[in-house]
Amino acid sequence: MNHFETEITELKADFTTLWELVAKQLRNALRALANNDRALSQTILEEENRVNALELKIERNCENIIALYNPVAIDLRFILAMIKMNSNLERAGDIATRIAKFVLKADDAFFNELINKTHALSMFEESCELMDDALDAFKTSDAQKARAIFKRDEYINDLNKTALNAVVESIKNNPQEIEKYLKMMSLLRRIEKSGDISKAIAEEIIFFLEAKVLRHKQYKNEQ
Amino acid sequence: MAEKSKMVEKESLIAENVNVFYGDNHVIKNVSIVMPENSITAFIGPSGCGKSTFLRLYNRMNDYIEGFRKDGSIIFNGKEIYSKDIQLEELRKKIGMVFQKPNPFPKTVYENIVYGLRIQGVKDKALLDEVVESTLKKVFLWGEVKDQLKKSALALSGGQQQRLCIARTLAVEPSILLMDEPTSALDPISTAKLEELVFELKKTLTVVIVTHNMQQAARISDKTAFFYMGELKEFSPTKQMFTNPKEEITQNYITGRFG
Repeated sequence: MNHFETEITELKADFTTLWELVAKQLRNALRALANNDRALSQTILEEENRVNALELKIERNCENIIALYNPVAIDLRFILAMIKMNSNLERAGDIATRIAKFVLKADDAFFNELINKTHALSMFEESCELMDDALDAFKTSDAQKARAIFKRDEYINDLNKTALNAVVESIKNNPQEIEKYLKMMSLLRRIEKSGDISKAIAEEIIFFLEAKVLRHKQYKNEQ
Repeated sequence: MAEKSKMVEKESLIAENVNVFYGDNHVIKNVSIVMPENSITAFIGPSGCGKSTFLRLYNRMNDYIEGFRKDGSIIFNGKEIYSKDIQLEELRKKIGMVFQKPNPFPKTVYENIVYGLRIQGVKDKALLDEVVESTLKKVFLWGEVKDQLKKSALALSGGQQQRLCIARTLAVEPSILLMDEPTSALDPISTAKLEELVFELKKTLTVVIVTHNMQQAARISDKTAFFYMGELKEFSPTKQMFTNPKEEITQNYITGRFG
């Protein structure tokens, strides 16, 4: 293995560590939300520092590789994709943190009912699976697995629309609690956003494997 | 024939099914390539792949090598450059060449520039002065040497000497400029200046450059040709070649996986 390959291998190892940590943060956020687990929420907040530190380390290493090795072709695409995926994972980590903060501040009885009514946990479970599958596609360099994520993200978007409609209906019946309902809408949007992040990461996996740019495109022809 | 005469109007350079042998050694294998005009084409490939040999075909520099033999055709302005009635001096005036190491003549800066014109019999002092100034300006050297025109060209720095050699080539108004690793003996600043110069030259010239520096090929060329073991493996727009090459062997070479 030459020096460049060693650098890439180390970068991949750090990136996989970050990804596994973010996936765990999201899973913990799901459990904390399902069980009103404040202790677990606190753990998520503490782990955020590790996510941020790893993100910065990976970004710095990507910059160094570009400056020192002038990568081209698939190596260049890999580094460019890595920079974007790294930033996306950090955002997914932020989502876990925000949800943990939501759990710490939430009025349990009010939100428990709303979480059941909107099927927010099912949507979140689906979103966590998407993140795991994206990681699997990355580890195995499997573009087909990455493509499968697009359809499932659409499913999450549909779940989100239904959930938001349910909240709107509740607002009509109980307008004096508008602030709490807005918080719930924000929670749903974050869960939906974590699915979008897996989709964005899947696009980058396909970019570095196949040199195809899928952003802003319909995926129907890509299935 | 109408098509052919159209091509003649433009200063085209077309190689078709070219094979080159040095004795029994088959060094160029059935290469066909058309040089895009007013553009920079880079030849890349590992040592011994045939890129310099192929470049030197264009102004018949291989003719001096023992055992050299070629088949296939190289057409410049509609005419086979290996035909018997070709005047080599005329050909090399139109297809100039710059080498790896700067090779100024042991003469003054001024005499280096006007050397080709003097051979052609130009004696008009005002015209020669004008050519010296304009070509030195073209290679961004005028400001640096305008007060040293009567000094020996050998007293210039390596980077200045290389630009002087380019100016000497430009003085006879070529339409094609061949460059064989022109910056390999230069420091990074001189290299950057020369790259800027090459970039400017393509407005009026077709440039073909052999380089081992792949970043240089990526920076300055419009199209890149990848040679491997005497074969032209890929000829693509440079941006494509360095982001998404068509051939796996190209990718392996430019990413340093062999070569």
